[in-house]
Amino acid sequence: MEDRHRMDVALALETDGLTKVYGNGHTAVVAMRDASVRVRRGEIAALLGPSGAGKSTFLLCVGLINPPTSGRVTIGGRLVLDGPRALADLRRFRRENIGFVFQKSNLIPFLSAVENVQVVGELIGHPPPVARRRALELLDALGVGARASHRPTQLSGGEQQRVTIARALANQPSLILADEPTAALDSVRGRQVMELFRDVAHQHGTGVIVVTHDHRALDVFDTIYEMEDGVLARAPSQAKSENR
Amino acid sequence: MNLAVRDIRHSLGRFVLTTIGVGMLLMVVMGMGGIYRGLVDDALVVTRSVGADLWIVQRSTRGPFAEVSRLPRNVVDRVAAVPGVTEAREFVFHTIQREHLGKSLRMGVLGLGWPTDKGQGLPLVAGRVLAQNHYEMIADESLGLVLGERLRLGKETYAVVGLTRAMISSGGDGIACFTSRDAQAIQFDVPGESARLERQARRARADEIDFGRTQPSVLARASGSSRAMAALPGPAVSAVIARLMPGADPDTVRRTFEGWSDVTVYSATQQEDLLLKGSVDRARRQIQLFRVLLTIISAVIMALIIYTLTLNKLHPIALLKLIGAPNRVIVGLIMQQSLIMGALAYGVGYLMGQWLFPLFPRRVLVTGDDLLRLGAIVLVISVLASLLGIWKAMRVDPNEAIG
Repeated sequence: MEDRHRMDVALALETDGLTKVYGNGHTAVVAMRDASVRVRRGEIAALLGPSGAGKSTFLLCVGLINPPTSGRVTIGGRLVLDGPRALADLRRFRRENIGFVFQKSNLIPFLSAVENVQVVGELIGHPPPVARRRALELLDALGVGARASHRPTQLSGGEQQRVTIARALANQPSLILADEPTAALDSVRGRQVMELFRDVAHQHGTGVIVVTHDHRALDVFDTIYEMEDGVLARAPSQAKSENR
Repeated sequence: MNLAVRDIRHSLGRFVLTTIGVGMLLMVVMGMGGIYRGLVDDALVVTRSVGADLWIVQRSTRGPFAEVSRLPRNVVDRVAAVPGVTEAREFVFHTIQREHLGKSLRMGVLGLGWPTDKGQGLPLVAGRVLAQNHYEMIADESLGLVLGERLRLGKETYAVVGLTRAMISSGGDGIACFTSRDAQAIQFDVPGESARLERQARRARADEIDFGRTQPSVLARASGSSRAMAALPGPAVSAVIARLMPGADPDTVRRTFEGWSDVTVYSATQQEDLLLKGSVDRARRQIQLFRVLLTIISAVIMALIIYTLTLNKLHPIALLKLIGAPNRVIVGLIMQQSLIMGALAYGVGYLMGQWLFPLFPRRVLVTGDDLLRLGAIVLVISVLASLLGIWKAMRVDPNEAIG
């Protein structure tokens, strides 16, 4: 029991039999079937798969945006979803425990880079000066501190992604979910962003799941999952993960 | 961090243009209310200037403003003799239009009860009150006359000795004050040829009757001024105004007049009510209708613009929901924008009004109460205008941030 507790606390994410069915009867579509994963704090995991495999469905379920039809989601040691039943205020839980990074940078266009990060701090209750200070620290750590006062349209693609990563870290999350974060970047910058995720995971003790099609940077990841036709499984060669 | 202000800065051009547009609409709403108050004030300026306690008019009429009233001159003497009355005089007010310095000059002519009333109650801004019984006038500055200017009216010339401000009749004409005698002389002035023709006609009528043929003095008088004929009554007056002695009971005095079979009596308040219901009421309703329509239009425009601004930031709203922003943050974003727009538009409307209203041809009288009332209405329509945008924002799915 103590071991399991220690293991649970060390887990950023645990899913158990996650299934998502759209529609019902003869029009029902099983988008995800019995997806079970465990991502430790400080671990970076990749989720590969062709288009339509169910990767986004998985991300939306663990991101507490679309509840599953069945299965359980535990984040940071806390059971949050049991099937479609929410066991917490999901929006509040998201803002306090999860960070998101997307293919498109998805920054708020009317806020500057630092304000995009600061808003997350204020949403979780930090006073504005504290939230701003932390935002500037994160931007500095990610190498875009000099661009703090610029609007998103004034930043390059890589800079925007770094700001998005800073925003994802602003609430000191247990879990970061990234959906194709390098799709709009060239290979050099793409790899830089992946390495950034790895550093974030290892240094901040955050669990990171990255949905990606980019096979060139797979050596960055601790664990690789593959998804096809709604079925999620660990990729065959997982020596790095098993050795941690 | 105020998200509403930051978004406004991001869409500054559209926001500013909309605010100016709504501000102009609100300025018109303010102005129309002010025009109505100006109409009321102008309508009452004459009644308030004469300072009457009681108005005595022709029996069963609502004169002298709401309808025509004619009384024989001797009513003045009868009223003056009633206990409790300290002053009785004829009420003289009429509108004339004359040529002056090559331009048409239209004015209201008000008779003052010289020597008691020299114009000391008038809103003088230059010059002095009347100092003699004839040939002086006090003109409103809207007539464009200057101190010392001389104006020929009928057979006499009158000098402008004082200037007033905001003495405008209900018809929108500047008012000039004369002594009652001069006002009547101007009113009943006829060209010399007309007077001669009338006298000839009078002599001809007298010559046809037995009384005229047998009484030579009658024929001689018929050819002369009508003042020489005691049998002929003088011109009728439209009303007699009475001022009461201090301490006199108005009801007692009033009951005396009500016992007369040829007059009807109104208090000052009743006369004002008749005046407002008569000449101003229809204008009031029309103006009110326009104000309501313009207010509704302002609300609709604001709602559409706030809705458009919301549509433009559906993606950021979805993103805010995705990163966990509670609904109150999003509602606050939209409602604050609407309130800021309403407040700024109100300010723009007020400032534009301050600049433009003095240029209007009629007086625009905007009171503090009107401004407060309109401010409260703008607050309400700002909140209502935000509801459509809020409704749209609440329907946004956080999914849409991922796309």
